[in-house]
Amino acid sequence: MATEAKAHELIVSVSPHVRGKETVARIMWTVNLSLLPAFIMSVWYFGPLAAYVTGLCIATAVLAEHIYQTSLKKKTTIGDGSAFLTGLLLGLNLPPSVPFFIPIIGSLIAVIIAKLIFGGLGYNIFNPAFIGRAFLLISFPKLLTTWSEPTAQFVALDAKTTATPLGILKEEGIARLVEVFGDKTELYMSLLVGHRAGSLGETSVIALLIGAALLLYRGYITWHIPFSFIATVGVMAWALGGDSGLFTGDPLIHLFSGGLMLGAFFMATDYVTCPSVRKGQIIFGIGCGAITMLIRLKGGFPEGVMFAVLLMNCFAPLIDRGVKSELFGAVRKKKEPKT
Amino acid sequence: MSKAATFERGIHPAYHKELASGKAISQAALPKRIVVPLSQHIGAPAKPEVNIGDEVKRGQVIGTTTGFVSSPVHSSISGKVIAIAEFPMSTGRMVQSIVIESDGKDEAVPFREHPDYLNLSADEIKAVIKDAGIVGMGGAAFPTSVKLSPPKEKPIDTVILNGAECEPYLTADHRLMAEHPKAVVEGLKLIMKSLGVREGHIGIEENKPDAIEAMKAVASGEENITVWPLEIKYPQGAEKMLIKAIKGREVPSKGLPMDVGAVVQNVGTAFAVYEAARFGKPLIERVVTVTGSGIKEPANMMVRIGTLMSEVIEQCGGLVEGAVKVISGGPMMGFAQWTLDVPVVKGTSGILVLSQDEYISYDDYSACIRCGSCIDVCPMGLNPSMLSILSEKGFFEEAKEYNLFDCFECGSCAFVCPAKRPMVQFMRLAKSQVKP
Repeated sequence: MATEAKAHELIVSVSPHVRGKETVARIMWTVNLSLLPAFIMSVWYFGPLAAYVTGLCIATAVLAEHIYQTSLKKKTTIGDGSAFLTGLLLGLNLPPSVPFFIPIIGSLIAVIIAKLIFGGLGYNIFNPAFIGRAFLLISFPKLLTTWSEPTAQFVALDAKTTATPLGILKEEGIARLVEVFGDKTELYMSLLVGHRAGSLGETSVIALLIGAALLLYRGYITWHIPFSFIATVGVMAWALGGDSGLFTGDPLIHLFSGGLMLGAFFMATDYVTCPSVRKGQIIFGIGCGAITMLIRLKGGFPEGVMFAVLLMNCFAPLIDRGVKSELFGAVRKKKEPKT
Repeated sequence: MSKAATFERGIHPAYHKELASGKAISQAALPKRIVVPLSQHIGAPAKPEVNIGDEVKRGQVIGTTTGFVSSPVHSSISGKVIAIAEFPMSTGRMVQSIVIESDGKDEAVPFREHPDYLNLSADEIKAVIKDAGIVGMGGAAFPTSVKLSPPKEKPIDTVILNGAECEPYLTADHRLMAEHPKAVVEGLKLIMKSLGVREGHIGIEENKPDAIEAMKAVASGEENITVWPLEIKYPQGAEKMLIKAIKGREVPSKGLPMDVGAVVQNVGTAFAVYEAARFGKPLIERVVTVTGSGIKEPANMMVRIGTLMSEVIEQCGGLVEGAVKVISGGPMMGFAQWTLDVPVVKGTSGILVLSQDEYISYDDYSACIRCGSCIDVCPMGLNPSMLSILSEKGFFEEAKEYNLFDCFECGSCAFVCPAKRPMVQFMRLAKSQVKP
């Protein structure tokens, strides 16, 4: 019988026997792709230096992961795109004109300390790219807060240094910020397209939104974290950010500047370090937004997205414990009348 | 957006129903021998009623019930008992079974017909169902007579026939409804009568338009029976999901359908109930879908209970080159077989053969990246991500706090998992380590 000859070759495994096409690698590479518009804009405004800084971050991150894993005789996981993503995100979070050792140290910290030592992708508690950047900011505060003026057309090897919009806002107030950009409309437009000083990939709101749209469309991220994060920042900026009392702030400046868009859509949504239950993600997003605004308005730094996300990362496991998914047929405890 | 009734969450796997959905039910050849397990159902195994060497006829009782939750088994052919011993079953267990060699005559015992079956009393119907050895034919194989005898404090007002057939590939229920709608509806009426229920529903996924049409045509003459087109979504045919879709009632956690006044029966079961009541025919054959890209000629066949899978597959032209996996049941919840010499039993809805390119290994899964996809699809609203991590690390008691025992292992989480984690395996492991 033909069937008997085959029988010994049958594979036995647990159900289900068919599976979806989604893989970790496909998700990660799609996220990498979604950052391409922001990367292109960074090169447009800050020149070849932007590509050099980001490229160095990526190369270091991927190499570090590969060497770490092979030297421990583990299977290398660089193909899943997560080391590449960590490098890319770190690069896009750095100022344009940092010396060569900054991307290298940052990537090593991000990949090895923040991710691999915890057990690799899936086990890390904090967003690796932000840990890398936080380490750099604390260790090299001057280098990490020296911003180049954006030019355009892929040049600007030797740009002038300047302050970021949030820096001006913090030090000199909103009137001066508007004056620097001409008028309010000019200011908003510059912030939207990204013609302003800042970290490489954070400046162009439009480019980031294009990437975010791809991720939302593919279902890789949902609205919960970005929306609650951004909405909280907007509301707090409007309510508390004004010079002349409550509800006089300008929310748009806060929404479009700093690393909010990059952080809300691409960093806070990092699967591993955010809560996985959707309701919990809303709490997480509100927390990120609140801490961001607390730092921007009252803290020593002009920008707070990074520390906000890192601080909320700590709470992600707790949120997941407290906010559980909604059980089908959950039995609500009723007080039974005593008979 | 579809207006069809449905439940929350769930998945959309590739259905591949086209392989067999157009194949009319054919009669499988008389098997050379049958292996009839004494425990094909949930509950106490049947007790052998025959000895080695005995001559038996088709429809003869060869195993009797040993308790309330139990079911008799019958011979599906005429011939001689040649062995009573443990044989492998499609669930992977070794089960005490009666082996009968056919004498080729296919002689039957006399069946007790009831041309006026609708005049049978509720108790008579239940007795007929019990004696016919009818169990849930959707796969779980719970004795039907027990399901029709709920305790007094659980009043039942609704019977739902499950024609969703949400498992990809399978088309047995589809063909049954399309070809024998009258018998299925009569079966539903008998079930309703046995429970004293006035309200009957039949839920069918929208990918079976001919079945919906056929059932509607028959049901239109019945005042209390409604046919519901259901959204094409897995696991639409799970009892709790079906009740939610049609009646909007949620079976409470750890509860049963009777807690919300509903009894769900598979359409195949309704067909068997009709055959038993009308013609006195015990459950000795059933429709089996033989399908998949690994089978030469997919078919829907009426197969005698106890026929070995190898014989059924042979009749469908055998396996194609590169067939790697033979599954009893559907691809989402079926059991992979290590041998084809296992019998078709009362709960076998399909024999599915997958080829190499459909096979995905579980060997190199990675850590959970907590993407939450599984939470978005779990029909029970669980957190499979958390459960799998807890199980993986051995925190079984903690898994219970995350409602481990509400999981019915539909496999939706494993289907969507990008890290390709063996989610169902993790659930089963945890369940085996703690008490509910």
